[in-house]
Amino acid sequence: MATTTLHPTAPAYRSTLYEWLTTTDHKKIGIMYLINSMIFFMVGGLLALVVRVQLATPAAAPNTMGGLVSPEFYNQAFTMHASFMLFLFIIPILAGFGNYVVPLQIGAPDMAFPRINALSLWLLPLGGLLMASGFFVSGGAAASGWTEYPPLSGGQYSGTGTDLWIMGLVLIGTSSILGAINFLVTIFKMRAPGVTLFRMSILTWTVLTTSVLVLMATPVLTSALIMLFIDRNYGGHFFDPANGGNAILYQNVFWFYSHPAVYIMVLPAMGIISEVLPVFSRKPLFGYKAFVFATVGIGALGFSVWAHHMFTTGAVFLPFFSLMTFLIAVPTGVKMFNWIATMWRGQLQFSTPLLFAVGFLTMFLIGGLNGAFSAAVPVDFALHDTYWVVAHLHYVLFGGSVFGVFAGIYYWFPKMTGRMLGEGLGKLQFILMFIGFNLTFFPMHQLGLAGMPRRIADYSATAGWTELNVLATVGGFIIAFSMVPFLWNVFVSLRNGKVAGDDPWEANTLEWATSSPPPPYNFDHLPEVRSERPVFDARHGRTAAH
Amino acid sequence: MAADTTALTAADVHASATTAHGSGGIGNPVLGMLLFIVSEIMFFAGLFAAYFSLRASFIDVDGVKRWPPIAFESILSPFNLWTETGTLNVILPATIILVLSSFTCQFAVNAIKHDNRTTFLRNMSVTVVLGITFLALQIYDYSILIHEGLTLSSGTFGTTYYTLTGFHGAHVFGGVLMLSVVLYRGMAGQFSGKHHDMVEAASLYWHFVDVVWILLFSILYLL
Repeated sequence: MATTTLHPTAPAYRSTLYEWLTTTDHKKIGIMYLINSMIFFMVGGLLALVVRVQLATPAAAPNTMGGLVSPEFYNQAFTMHASFMLFLFIIPILAGFGNYVVPLQIGAPDMAFPRINALSLWLLPLGGLLMASGFFVSGGAAASGWTEYPPLSGGQYSGTGTDLWIMGLVLIGTSSILGAINFLVTIFKMRAPGVTLFRMSILTWTVLTTSVLVLMATPVLTSALIMLFIDRNYGGHFFDPANGGNAILYQNVFWFYSHPAVYIMVLPAMGIISEVLPVFSRKPLFGYKAFVFATVGIGALGFSVWAHHMFTTGAVFLPFFSLMTFLIAVPTGVKMFNWIATMWRGQLQFSTPLLFAVGFLTMFLIGGLNGAFSAAVPVDFALHDTYWVVAHLHYVLFGGSVFGVFAGIYYWFPKMTGRMLGEGLGKLQFILMFIGFNLTFFPMHQLGLAGMPRRIADYSATAGWTELNVLATVGGFIIAFSMVPFLWNVFVSLRNGKVAGDDPWEANTLEWATSSPPPPYNFDHLPEVRSERPVFDARHGRTAAH
Repeated sequence: MAADTTALTAADVHASATTAHGSGGIGNPVLGMLLFIVSEIMFFAGLFAAYFSLRASFIDVDGVKRWPPIAFESILSPFNLWTETGTLNVILPATIILVLSSFTCQFAVNAIKHDNRTTFLRNMSVTVVLGITFLALQIYDYSILIHEGLTLSSGTFGTTYYTLTGFHGAHVFGGVLMLSVVLYRGMAGQFSGKHHDMVEAASLYWHFVDVVWILLFSILYLL
């Protein structure tokens, strides 16, 4: 007995604030995921600027401090920068795209468990605020780096901020796990007639693989955090060598999550550009099945490489983890090939989504190549904990994932709001971000090779690192400034952007077969699905039109 | 040609969002619970990994490799019903009770599948009572152990012992809550031979909690 009787005079679909706060509609939840993540992206970005300003000036004389903030606050700034960016921006914003797009792409009316979906969303700001509240307690926020290795993160060396960080992260992890269960049940049980597994969009495949990674890896992080919490607060001895504990144990359990997490952070972004590239090249994705198997392969291999973060501990079996790490390059290379072959001889339309997708391709390639260097054990011994690693991870996570995120925002904004984002401002943002990004992170390769360690608040003026650090700081501000055209673009386009229509990009997948924005429960009618490009088929009369 | 469009009405949407549809026979809540159990397995796997890692490198006060430490060897022996200080050792009865509750839980599921509500309610009540009994016995056991000097800070043994059994206990508590909701809804007549996904999901969780205890009992008391 459906209780959807509408009052005759009531508008069919009006959104009040109350409706947004209590909604179980996957589209609204997805948009709120995006907004929440963007807020933490901005805050995390400000903390990154603190780091960059601090490092722009070396110590004026021996035994003095250069820079802006105290070393204690500097430690909090880089720790919370990474925590916000990883746990509250990249992972949730990709889950947000998944939330919005996946049910549409598989032709489902909503997620399998809409109320659990809302719970997953609301746990995020709660966990984020718990983490951030560390700034207001004595001793400040968590400050031992986002990895929070003991003994530095133990009760002896860090305060209440670390406990708040642990509690916040457990909540965020719970949100991820519930979201993953929801995605898996949705993808396995809610696909529309005709949407077989090998007709699903690539984004759906990457969300599926990511969900398996979240489901299997995130609970292990929870166990690591709980053990840390017990050590800190209840006199446990898990990671306390003085009483038979083992500090390296934390690193093993932590990286057992946090390496798969790297793929959690990049696979859906790969899925996004795999939606964008075919549409703007006017060609189908090259090697659909190879791409799917490569995605699943990355997910599977992702569980066997965690100890490459621990080469220098001397406590892991180096040849195995080095080999497995190199093996990851194989499926990744397959994907690279697929993307390039998709664009090859296509009719490229250089709209903003394609620019960001190509940005992903080039920057992720650099990140992959310098990652392969770090996978070689002897090289890693030299580069471990230097700025080289900082360069590598930003080329993968910023150059890769964040460029993918913006490709997704420009691509799906018309579907979410019914309005196009401005192309001029979009291209301006891309150019600023691309230049700023490379200016910030490319010099870090050289800084790392010159021996500059990461996570230091200050360095000597005679070390020879000053010029490159200034360059990186200038780049950081350019990245920050690139957010101005973006936010202005969103603001202006929401008010009077070009009306998008159902399918402004002439795209391939099912979300473009419904109105923009889609109605509650998504579809009045579904086109017949006979391939992974049902809307393309319908547009070209290969199936009955919808 | 078959119908080339699929019209969805609000009623269809409601039906498809709340019940299983599509190819498979497994209901959404049951699949969701199975996946949740996978994540729980990985959570306990993290704790078990820590346990075995610390156990492997443990050296007792007298320099001998031994587990559990000699100080707690006698009080942890599960087959002595009375400890040396003359208190009752309830860990074996507690284990038997939890294993039994898994059986009664399954009897309840089988009963509701055959639409036999009386047997379902009877077995479910027994399961809830057995679960609460297990928790009570565990609290009693903790009090004895703390009295004998085994605390969370008693070396890595104490830390891992209380963490593993404590988190298992918390899961039993969660399971009891879940089964109580099932029992309450069952008494309200909300389950039948056709609609019992939640009963099945809750029972799967209960079996999982039981299996974890069997593993814990084996590694903490037998091996």
